[in-house]
Amino acid sequence: MIDRDEVLHVARLARLRLSEQEIEPMAAELSSVLDNIAKIEELNLDGVPPTSHVVEVTGRLRADEPHEPLPREVALAQAPAVSDDGFLVPSPQA
Amino acid sequence: MVDATGPYELIALSAAAAARAIAAGEIDPTELIGAYRARAMADELNCFTWVAPERGPGSGGDIAAGSSPAPGESPLPGTPLGGVPLAVKDLFCTAGVPSQSGSRILEGYEPPYTATAVARLQGAGATLLGKTNQDEFAMGSSNENSAFGPVLNPWDRARVPGGSSGGSAAAVAAGLAPWAVGTDTGGSIRQPAAMCGIVGLKPTYGAVSRYGMIAFASSLDQAGPLTRNVTDAALMLRHMIGRDERDATSLRFPEQIELPRADRLDGVRLGVPAELSSEGIETGVLERFHSALALAQELGATINTDVMLPHAPHGLAAYYVIAPAEASSNLARFDGVRYGLRAGDGQDLVGMYTRTRHDGFGPEVKRRIMLGTYALSAGYYDAYYGRAQRVRTKIVEDFRAAFEEVDFIVSPTTPGVAFELGEKTTDPWSMYLNDALTVPMSLAGIPAISIPCGLSGSSEGKGPVGRGLPVGLQIAGPAFSENRLLDAAYALEQAIGFDSTAAHV
Repeated sequence: MIDRDEVLHVARLARLRLSEQEIEPMAAELSSVLDNIAKIEELNLDGVPPTSHVVEVTGRLRADEPHEPLPREVALAQAPAVSDDGFLVPSPQA
Repeated sequence: MVDATGPYELIALSAAAAARAIAAGEIDPTELIGAYRARAMADELNCFTWVAPERGPGSGGDIAAGSSPAPGESPLPGTPLGGVPLAVKDLFCTAGVPSQSGSRILEGYEPPYTATAVARLQGAGATLLGKTNQDEFAMGSSNENSAFGPVLNPWDRARVPGGSSGGSAAAVAAGLAPWAVGTDTGGSIRQPAAMCGIVGLKPTYGAVSRYGMIAFASSLDQAGPLTRNVTDAALMLRHMIGRDERDATSLRFPEQIELPRADRLDGVRLGVPAELSSEGIETGVLERFHSALALAQELGATINTDVMLPHAPHGLAAYYVIAPAEASSNLARFDGVRYGLRAGDGQDLVGMYTRTRHDGFGPEVKRRIMLGTYALSAGYYDAYYGRAQRVRTKIVEDFRAAFEEVDFIVSPTTPGVAFELGEKTTDPWSMYLNDALTVPMSLAGIPAISIPCGLSGSSEGKGPVGRGLPVGLQIAGPAFSENRLLDAAYALEQAIGFDSTAAHV
């Protein structure tokens, strides 16, 4: 069972603000989903290696050749705020 | 000879037939594009989030240098697809064209480049018709989790089209587009294709580049066709596959995709594992499934019901750990800095991040981010993510063992037919259960196709033509078996004789 404090802790980790009315339903919904997921605890998985990816190819690198980057103005064109040719963000201590 | 005197006749052509008619000089691609554009503009099902303007100056620019033609622009004559219009799921980046992945957090975003899968189709002569509605960041099985609102199923407008590629599936089923490109993470092509009575193919993981697809779960996401028939699916896939330097997980497909021509299934061994064809499946769906198996036998196939996928019933639980875990990481990039929405004026940096994400993400996306963050957090990683990855290994092994005994695994695509809007929105797990039969193939990275196998009589009278709702048959094969898979699907499609244009509006 996920409680209110745990929801707030995980939301902090996820950099996600939850409004007051979102907290209790989130706790209930996560608990319910985790109950269903708990089914995998029934399985004996001793010695089974994990699969993170089904493509069994590693270390295939492309040639390290210079190419034209995205022009700065194009990269900045979609930003909510820009300044001095960079992304503008609020101060960490505003 | 095609009678192409009016828009109706143009719309009646499948994509492959339209491409052939263009190549033969029998129809004018500009008229075909215009006919579909008019239908897409008149869309009453909320399939489209954006429709390409008519060709001409100011029709939306291709900001990135080079690769793809501007939206609505007719391609060079002599290309294999000759200008046939293409609907594209919103989550594919399309240069200079809104691409929001169904989310408010990407409001107004117009990417500077085009996704490889779309660019390749455009390079083969496809014309961008429009962007299609979807569940936000492809998280959902009903298209109800979209910032653009739900999509209505053309077979019954009180029902969902499935998801997450719901706009793509409904647009093809309603005849608002000849075909569409979607993505499938746990069933998001196959499930809406089944619920809308069309064909949907999830290719082998790695067959199609993921570059430019707004990521949900990177080890599962795969682009593929939603089409009126199997031949169109083969044709689209042919022009999507291949190694792309910009996606390190993309692979060189070992052969060209051929257009299917098989009319028999002699010697083909079909496996029907009990795990995917018994528990929790509607009677009406099982009836159509068993009729399709009988037809397969008439075509010469053998049915093996002893084959087992013992870990498949645990696929859903593993999937709903792995996919949210990857999503929680992928969606960290939406922070109000580089694109899309920014909220929290006057707050400090972290306050701006958290407020932007609060305002920009919908409830299901928040739930999955929370679930994934929880599963990856200290103290829970081994119990959830580690275990889920081990279950994934068992599922991969199950399929490997099964394909020693049979050529394909067949099952219903979904446990039920299209459900009513709002029916499953209150309990997340009841929605997730829609993916039970499609998720195992996603975890194993193998190709699977859904073809219509008839109408379920259980909801007789509710469809617009009073004949029930479509049921999908899923056929899955080993990695890179697409050509054989398409052949088998084609033979069955001819025998079933489903009319995938019956819901055209």
